[in-house]
Amino acid sequence: MNQLNLDHASAAVEFNKDEPRVDWHDETLWFVRTKRDRAAAQLPEWEQLREAASQIKNHVLSNMHDLLAQFEENAKQNGITVHWAENADEHNAIIHKLIQDAGVTRMVKSKSMLTEECHLNDYLTRHGIEVIDSDLGERIVQMRKEPPSHIVLPAIHLKKSDVGETFHEHLGTEKGATDPQYLTEAARQHLRDTFLTRKVALTGVNFAIAETGGFVVCTNEGNADMGAHLADVHIAAMGFEKIIPRAEHLGVFLRLLARSATGQPITTFSSHFHRPRPGQQMHIVIVDNGRSRQLGRPDFRNSLKCIRCAACLNTCPVYRRSGGHSYHSAIAGPIGSILAPNLDMKLNADLPFASTLCGSCSNVCPVKIDIHDQLYKWRQVLMKEGYGPGSKTAAMKAMATVLESPSLYRVAGKIGRGVLRFTPVLAENRFNPWYNQREMPEPPAESFRDWYINNKKV
Amino acid sequence: MRVGLFIPCYIDQFYPKVAIATLKLLQNVGCEVDYPLQQTCCGQPMANSGYEHLTGGCNENFVRNFSGYDYIVSPSGSCTLHIKHHLHAANESEASAIRSRIYELTEFLTDVVKVSSLKATFPYRVGLHQSCHGQRGLHLAQMSELVAPPFSKPAQLLNLVDGLDLVQLDRRDECCGFGGTFCVTEEAVSAKMGKDRVADHLRHGVNYITGVDVSCLMHLEGILKRANSAVQVKHIAEILTATV
Amino acid sequence: MTSREKILANIKANQPDLRPLPEQYTFVSTFPDLTKQFIDVLTFVGGRALVVPDYAAIRADLQAQYPNLKSVATTIPELADLADRTMTVSDPHELADLNLAIIEGPIAVAENAAIWVDEQQLPQRVAPMITQYLVIVIRQSTLVPNMHDAYKQLKVDTTGFGTFICGPSKTADIEQSLVIGAHGARSLTVYLLP
Repeated sequence: MNQLNLDHASAAVEFNKDEPRVDWHDETLWFVRTKRDRAAAQLPEWEQLREAASQIKNHVLSNMHDLLAQFEENAKQNGITVHWAENADEHNAIIHKLIQDAGVTRMVKSKSMLTEECHLNDYLTRHGIEVIDSDLGERIVQMRKEPPSHIVLPAIHLKKSDVGETFHEHLGTEKGATDPQYLTEAARQHLRDTFLTRKVALTGVNFAIAETGGFVVCTNEGNADMGAHLADVHIAAMGFEKIIPRAEHLGVFLRLLARSATGQPITTFSSHFHRPRPGQQMHIVIVDNGRSRQLGRPDFRNSLKCIRCAACLNTCPVYRRSGGHSYHSAIAGPIGSILAPNLDMKLNADLPFASTLCGSCSNVCPVKIDIHDQLYKWRQVLMKEGYGPGSKTAAMKAMATVLESPSLYRVAGKIGRGVLRFTPVLAENRFNPWYNQREMPEPPAESFRDWYINNKKV
Repeated sequence: MRVGLFIPCYIDQFYPKVAIATLKLLQNVGCEVDYPLQQTCCGQPMANSGYEHLTGGCNENFVRNFSGYDYIVSPSGSCTLHIKHHLHAANESEASAIRSRIYELTEFLTDVVKVSSLKATFPYRVGLHQSCHGQRGLHLAQMSELVAPPFSKPAQLLNLVDGLDLVQLDRRDECCGFGGTFCVTEEAVSAKMGKDRVADHLRHGVNYITGVDVSCLMHLEGILKRANSAVQVKHIAEILTATV
Repeated sequence: MTSREKILANIKANQPDLRPLPEQYTFVSTFPDLTKQFIDVLTFVGGRALVVPDYAAIRADLQAQYPNLKSVATTIPELADLADRTMTVSDPHELADLNLAIIEGPIAVAENAAIWVDEQQLPQRVAPMITQYLVIVIRQSTLVPNMHDAYKQLKVDTTGFGTFICGPSKTADIEQSLVIGAHGARSLTVYLLP
């Protein structure tokens, strides 16, 4: 069943129909979280490093205009062409035009969550351009016509048997083959041919440096480099929040990024692009797509500090047990749930509720985004603006009426306990989601207040 | 010191024994405890559902009940955190005083009363469920995500109980999935989280699961009972007042 | 109004009051032995590190590791005799069948075993990724404790491209099983000269 058309809770019901698979998904991601813990613990200054990163990003948010202007000027001097896109459509159109100008109909692309957000692949495919994603995980989900389910581990929802079937169908690997080494080798051969034959390559941007007009792209596979260095045209797409003031700030972010993401000390490649190689064109597309609006919301602007490490996904007990697709948004998990309502409040009104507000996300965040507080605040905004179901609003009003009145509260309590005590069948039925997998509490004869009055002679 | 006892609504209605144990525990350590009779709820059920704007009545009632105490103490990390972060009222100076004077029970015992011994005996293997709002919100224990020295106020108290064997869990501070209305709006994930949390305790052979929040324990108890498990839940106040 | 002007105007209108950069954003790492730290981490990430006294030792080890390997290129004059081809090509696609690239790294970082290389070491940017096997020769004297130290020494825009390389190319995208040799080099050997 396609989880993408369902709200989070319904999609989570689907995901939880296969409990052993949920266990596997949970344990796999928890293992990544424990690797992150070990990597973080190796740096005694870890918490200070997070604080430094947070403060640099706070500065960036407050100085965004000037830093972007400085970046643009320096990038241009470096021979990079800078484009600005107000929204997803403009981003897609700019890239389409650059491909057309290159006189080709095929492009290779490394991981970019921004292009997922903008639905670039769909757009280009509709316009007759073939796009091949070169990150292994992205290539797997692309073949399966699925979106990535995780920022860093796009195919984390799949088992090797799923990948084996997909590769058998698309790459002609042996039927039933599931060995990751064998399957990865097949993808390596297939994508090597792609890298060698594409004249346009798109990459994301992890960090753009205002001081030098260059940008940094981090991968483990080397796919961004293979694409960019072999293409005649390199297009780098970035949300404007990727800017950092100076190259030396990379010391902070590169120490945090991979450790937070996968527990690695640093990614295999941290590539710094400053000028096109001789004969090459290099383009940067700077995208807004709602970011300037989010920048204007004091409660939510901190979400723009995100460096896309996915630590909050890995640690989130809800994400681990509902899967990335249940978030029906390019970016899943806790960070996705505070970014998505900015893009569309109505479509994403369920996401801030896909959390127990446990707070683990805010603690693992390398740039100290107050994620769980923002989830709480989005709930308030969304319900106040009327994006909650009418039945819920009515129920909440009734609940508030009871709970703010001591006498009504006592009557309701008596009735509630009575219902459970004397007519449990009313409470223990399939319409009560609590009772589906849990027993109801055994109701006592008297409330504490009753006991207190009887025993304390007040 | 005059302590106002705040008993959250669901404890009042469904777990009076926890409230009684809390009262006894506070009296045992020498507090003069008062239970304001017109108290109801902290307002969290509405607020966490996105209806903080409907909690004005609860807030005013809370302020009416709890003004003037030296301390307000509650056997719930979650409700305490809610008041600490979100209580506002027409009389804002009173609301502010309450926000700064409210304590969760175990932090009150370790930080204010500075309890160093207890007359309690509980000869069982016990697993401690670190409820998130208490732990991460009130910082009752060190959070596993941080690179920082470990501590745990509830564990510190449990270690004062004779015969009690506190087990180490595989995931020492994972959420149980209760989450307020989350437990019904996201039933599938909530129940799965609860089952997984229970399984961690069972793997370590506990006789009892304890914690500072009855809401989490109620959720875990519902799962244990459905599985016909012999393992029981007890709020930490019940254990800290237990005698043979 | 162009999109550029609109975006910048919206940002200007919406950005909060200026907040200063932090005073502390570099930290000191103290490792008792930088070489040991580097080797431990490189081994952890799937690389191979060898402390060697001179180029003769490197030559001997390479001949043992890659006997009869064809399509070998190096930028290091002392090892030129091992090469049967050059990386100095005008079209990077000419490196498609490169088997072994032997290059130098000017700065290496002990905390994470990352080695910086830029176009002063790379005749083609794609060389360290497109080659089947990669060898980097570094000097122990160029080891710095951490990334802050590295960026203090580096000028990242001296050339048009530079990269930190840490271990061989890898992926764990299939069931989180680590596979060495994704799209880039299938192995990384680092020789540490005095």
